[in-house]
Parts: sequence; structure tokens; C-alpha cells
Amino acid sequence: MSTRTRMSGNEAVAHAIKQINPDVMPAFPITPSTEIPQFVATMIANGEIDTEFIPVESEHSAMSAAIGASAAGARAITATSSCGMALMWEVLYVAASSRLPIVMALVNRGLTGPLNINAEHSDSMGARDSGWIQIYAENNQEVYDNFLQAHRIAEHQDVHLPVMICQDGFITSHAVQNITLWDDEPIRRFVGEYEPEHYLLKENETMAVGPYAVAPYCMEAKKAQAEAMKRARKVILDVAEEFEQITGQHYGFFEGYRLEDAEYAVVAIGSVCGTVKDAVDALRERGVKAGLLKIRVFRPFPGQEIGEALKHCRAIAIMDRSESYSSQGGPLGAEVTAALYRAKAAAETVNIMYGLSGRDVRVEDMEQVYEQLRKLADGQVSFAEYPYLGLRDGTNDCLSR
Amino acid sequence: MEQQAFNFREIQARPERLAPGHRMCAGCGGTIAVRNVLKALHPGDKAVVGNATGCLEVSTYMYPYTAYEDSYVHSAFENAGATLSGVETAYRVLKKKGKITSDYKFITFGGDGGTYDIGLQSLSGAMERGHDMVYVCYDNGAYMNTGTQRSSATPMYADTTTTPSGTVSQGKPQARKDLAGILAAHNIPYVGQTTFIGNMKDLYVKAERAIYTPGAAFLNILAPCPRGWKYDTPDIMDICKTAVETCYWPLFEVIDGKWSLSYQPKNKLPLEEFLKKQGRFKHLFKPENEYLIEAFQREVDRRWEELLERCEG
Amino acid sequence: MSVKAEQINENTKWQDLTEGLQIFEPATSKLFSTGEWRTETPVWNKEKCRQCLLCVPYCPDSCIVVKEDRRQEFDYDHCKGCGICAKACPFGAIEMEQPSH
Repeated sequence: MSTRTRMSGNEAVAHAIKQINPDVMPAFPITPSTEIPQFVATMIANGEIDTEFIPVESEHSAMSAAIGASAAGARAITATSSCGMALMWEVLYVAASSRLPIVMALVNRGLTGPLNINAEHSDSMGARDSGWIQIYAENNQEVYDNFLQAHRIAEHQDVHLPVMICQDGFITSHAVQNITLWDDEPIRRFVGEYEPEHYLLKENETMAVGPYAVAPYCMEAKKAQAEAMKRARKVILDVAEEFEQITGQHYGFFEGYRLEDAEYAVVAIGSVCGTVKDAVDALRERGVKAGLLKIRVFRPFPGQEIGEALKHCRAIAIMDRSESYSSQGGPLGAEVTAALYRAKAAAETVNIMYGLSGRDVRVEDMEQVYEQLRKLADGQVSFAEYPYLGLRDGTNDCLSR
Repeated sequence: MEQQAFNFREIQARPERLAPGHRMCAGCGGTIAVRNVLKALHPGDKAVVGNATGCLEVSTYMYPYTAYEDSYVHSAFENAGATLSGVETAYRVLKKKGKITSDYKFITFGGDGGTYDIGLQSLSGAMERGHDMVYVCYDNGAYMNTGTQRSSATPMYADTTTTPSGTVSQGKPQARKDLAGILAAHNIPYVGQTTFIGNMKDLYVKAERAIYTPGAAFLNILAPCPRGWKYDTPDIMDICKTAVETCYWPLFEVIDGKWSLSYQPKNKLPLEEFLKKQGRFKHLFKPENEYLIEAFQREVDRRWEELLERCEG
Repeated sequence: MSVKAEQINENTKWQDLTEGLQIFEPATSKLFSTGEWRTETPVWNKEKCRQCLLCVPYCPDSCIVVKEDRRQEFDYDHCKGCGICAKACPFGAIEMEQPSH
């Protein structure tokens, strides 16, 4: 039923692609996702899959070719990172509004400014309003499992939206970890054949994709797209449940780690959650009621559920790995704070900027964050602005002021 | 290649593949190009048509009205080449997997903005990769969809809204880019340049060759724009004819790397014959600007000689 | 069952538009009358016409349909009156009629 082995996050995605055997993959290399198209090209070269790889001349063309292939009736995927995704930006919106179930492996890396190749969420967070479903992973097992579920979500008739499966650059993409690989046959049955209702190459039907839509139609189309994103909530959970039946792995919108009775909670996305869990365990040993809410699904945003899961906490740190230069904090901070307000939560909150451009976060750093949360709840500290974690600011404080 | 003999009457009787009711301007050269290219598809053959964003796209697929008899895809301005390359790849893989049975041809249309300029990279990539598709540029020599801004296809000295002729400026200072030459340098199996002449045989034969040549093909069609060029709509045939007879717009093909001239004017007309019918060159006919026409003539002559050398070589 | 283009108009509810604003039928532009744009109108003189069909490929609006080797009457629902056909005709068989005031 399964194989225990070890591999990197990029290898895990490539293994998922091998099991899915998609029709078309246009991609352009960019660190740290480059290995994914390399692995796929090698599998094609060795006759292990019959995917057609398109070695496009840019990421903009990668997404454009994926749009063409998907509209034509093919299961289309791509992989990219950072500036590569930024170059796709325009056509990300087109893929979503054309309701094309493209799946992208995004290896999160900071957008240039300055040039840097390390983990950050500024690429995907910038595309959070593009209409793509976004699912994040803490480790290689999760990115593998998420990728296997992506087509089922994207292609569901209630959804028909593209999905990006995100993992942290290098930390997850390149670090080799233990992983359980699921057998091919049950996975192939789970993923299934792609049989779209309408496509450009359909026998006895023509199809026109990508109109100029004047004002009397455009707003209505956007509403329909927004409703599909709402319907994706149920589909994501249904697909996760079915996946659990095959694999025993449980997935939801988010994972609560020792959260139920937590007084102090951290909300985070991605690989940092492993570090946070270690801090939580250490603090619990000392009697501190620490907990974590690890977001898996950021789009659609499960605001109500997050609000309910956190509203009993005394203080909450919302961790952003993406500057939005808003002067108010990051995107996760904005969304979670809004969710807490709607849930009428009384918790104190602080939005923390961490891990930018690959800045390391240690267990001790997170323990200090929880200590700050206790002080925040007790009124011993306050944060007028959103602090940075682990910033050199001439003080010994873990959080900048 | 499945080239058929040119039978004008049979071709005109073929079913129309660009339907009426599109919103292109009255007298538009772009739609004449599209109609006649699509007529070169053999009856019964299926196609997927693509577009770069531009006049053509916003006018021929304004929701819910598509003017195409065939399946159609548009996604953005600068990516018509890449988008159709994805369609063509999907076709090959779905065919290989036995999911579809019909044969298809792939033809995409872009204006000179989407082709010479913003879409050049995407076009170059699609052609270099050798997708079995045709990219057709309907070249009206400016960004007409946004109101006649200059492009790298705009002829020198033309008055455009971003190179206006003024008291100290005489229109676009640069000569037009040799796009067909750039495409020929991709070593693709077919490159053709044409316009609307006589009974359209030149355009038809080139479109058919482009469509039925296996691999990547590029067709550049001079497609006058009455608004941007400032001429009376009925004059389109004269404009195209003088473009060819002055050697401003030579008709040629590059087949498997071999250049050949499709038509050599018996008496090469002076460039003024092409310029004088168009409002965008009006300022050149002021007595003090005579030297500009001379300079433009020298440019046309130089490029014509260069083409002749390529065709003889 | 997909909605047909003829059922879609500016009063259609968002729930009833096609998904992704895609259209699953060909040539729906015929439903839109561009003939209203016309100021001058081409008039076909059948006597003078020699059925050479040279006007046909020059029409930007596909408004001169050929059936059984002969051109038919103009499609006035869509003809925009550009006048190219009148100039293309070698036999003076098409005249542009000016609007009456």
C-alpha cells in the first residue's frame, strides 16, 4: 500500500507528477523549483510518463501554454518560483477567470527586491487575489499529498479553478526528509481521468475561450468565479476525506496543534510550523498553554473556522513571511485579524514579520514569541507596529519595536 | 504538403469561417486578412484559431458573440504564440492517448503590436520550438486598438499619436523592423509576406502553404487600417497595390531557408505613389519636407536591393 | 446543457451566464446586426454583374455570400457600407447609395 523512503520536496512533487501522468507541462527553470521540470523531463526521456513537456522561453509563456493546453482539453501543470510567478502574474488571472483547472507547483521564494533565492511567501501572497486556490505544506509529505489532491479539487465541476500547491523554497524543496509514498494504482484511481465537458478539440462542438467582456457581463462573471471559490471549500474537504480513506493522512483547511486549550497561539504557514511545534512541545513541558494554528488552505480563506478555532485564546501571534509594505503588517495578519473580529474574539493580537528572504527561525525564537504573547495578554507589553522577528536592531529583544 | 491548384471560384464558394457581425471598423483590412487566410483551410478540415489581444480580438469575440466558425482561444496580448503552442501540444498528446480522433490545424492572428513588439518573445519561442502552427501577423503598422500609437512596424515618418508630426517633429524617426527577416532567421520551414492584390491568389497560396507545411510557419500580411492610415475605405486595393509596386511591401517567401520573390514590379513606382493616398504621410508633402521622402525612398531602395540579393543568393 | 448565445443578454443573471464566459457554438456574431452602422449602402446591379466574384474576398464583413458559383444579394443585416466592393468591381455593377435626408 505504501513505501517508506526519503526524498526532497521537489522530488516528492515530481513523484506525484509521475503518478498523475499529466498531459502537458510547460515550464521554465527558476531556483528553487528548477528540479521539478528537470525530473519530469528525465521521466519523459526514459519513457516513464507520456506527458508532453514544453520547454518554453519564459514563465509568461509557461502559463500561457498551460492555458492553451488546458482549454484544449489537456490536464496541464507547471512549476515555478518567485519572479517566475511574477512574470506569469497577468495570465494567472486569465487562467482563473477562464475557469481552467491548471495545477502549479509553486516553490515559494521571495520576489526580487533585492535579488534573493530563499524562502519567502511574497510570490504566492502577491497572487492571493488572482483567483487561484492556494494550498500550503509544512514538509515534503504534505506537498506530495497536496499535489495528489490538486487535480481532484481543480477539475471538480463545482470548482473549475486553478490550484497552486506551495512549499517553502530550499527548506522543504531541497531538504531530504522521510516520506511515505502511496502505491501507484490506488493513487491513479483516486486522481482519475480528466474528462472535461467542454474543450477546444471536442468532437462535434466548437468552443470560444477568452472573450472581451463588456461591463454588463464582467461583474456577473466575477461573481460566478467568486462563488466557485466558495464552493471549493466543501470540495477541498471532501477530497481530503477521500484521500484519508486511501492513505490514512488527515487534511483540512488548517491543522490545530495543541490548540484546543491553548492560551497563546501562533498562526503560521509552511515550514516554520515544524519549528513552532517544537517550541509548543517545550513550553507545554513547562506548563505554558501554547498552541499552533497551521494554515493549509489560504485560498479560499477559511476565516470563519479560523476565528472559531482561535477565539478562546488570550493572545495570538500571526506570522507573515511576506512584507506587504502596507505599514499595517502582512497579508496573513490582515486576514486572520479580520476573521477574529468577525468571530468577536477578545484575544490580543500581534502580527509578526519573520523569515524574510530565508532568514532562519529557531525554536528558541518561537519560545520567545510565546513569552511575548504572555506579556501581551498580561498587559506588560504592547506593539504599536508590527514587529520583525530576529531583526538586528541593536537590542537583544527577539521582536523589533 | 497538400497544396491544391488555385481555383478562385471554388475558393470563394467555400463556407465562410469568419462570420459577419464582428465589430471591426467598416473597411478594416485586418478582417480581410483573417477571412482569406481561413479560406485557405481545405473544406472539412478543422482548425483552432487564436488571437493576440487587439482590435481583432475585442471585435471578433465580444461576449457572447464569436465570429469564428472554429474553436477559438485568446488569453492575452503578448502570448498568442505561447497560447497556441499549448493548444497544439495538447492536440498531439490527446491524439497520442487516443482521446481525440479528428485532425486539426492551428492558426493564430496578432496585430503588429502583438507580434513585432510585445509578443515577439512568445512568437520566437513558439516558432523555435517548431510547433505545427501558423502565426499570422496582420500588420497595420501601429497600435490601432489603442488609437494609432507607433509600433516597430510603423513606416518611417508616419504620423502616429506617439510620433505626431509637429512643428519640430516629422513623425516616426525610425524605419520599420524587418520581422519576416527575423522569422526567417529562426530557420522555420515557412515564412511568407503578402497583402491584398488582384484576386488574392498571392495571399491564398501563401496561407495554404503556411497552413499545410508541417512545422512552424509565419505569414506577414500588410493589412491597411483606414482610421490609422487616414484614407477613404474604398481605396484599400490601390493602397495595397502601390505598397507592392513601389517595393515598400515586397511579396516574397522563404521556404526551408530559400528566399524567393513572388512578384517583381515591371516599373518600380516612386514611393510617393504609396504615400500620397494616406493622411499619415501628409506632412511629407510640404515643400520643405521633400528631403524626407527622398530619405524614405533611399531606405525602401536599400531594403529592396537587399531582398533581391537574398532571393538570388 | 449550456446556455445558448441567443439566450444571453445584458439582463441575464450571473447564474445564467456561461462558465468562464465561454461560448460553445460557432459564429454567434451573426446574431449581432452591424448593418445599423451603415451610412452608404452598396446596391448590386444584377444586369451589369458578370459574376466574376472579385468583390467577394475584399468584403471585410463576409457580406457577399456565394451559392452555386454565383454571388447572392448583400447581407444588409451586417454590411457596414465601407464601399470596398464598389471599387473592387471591374464592371461598375455596385454603386454606393447615399443616405437620403
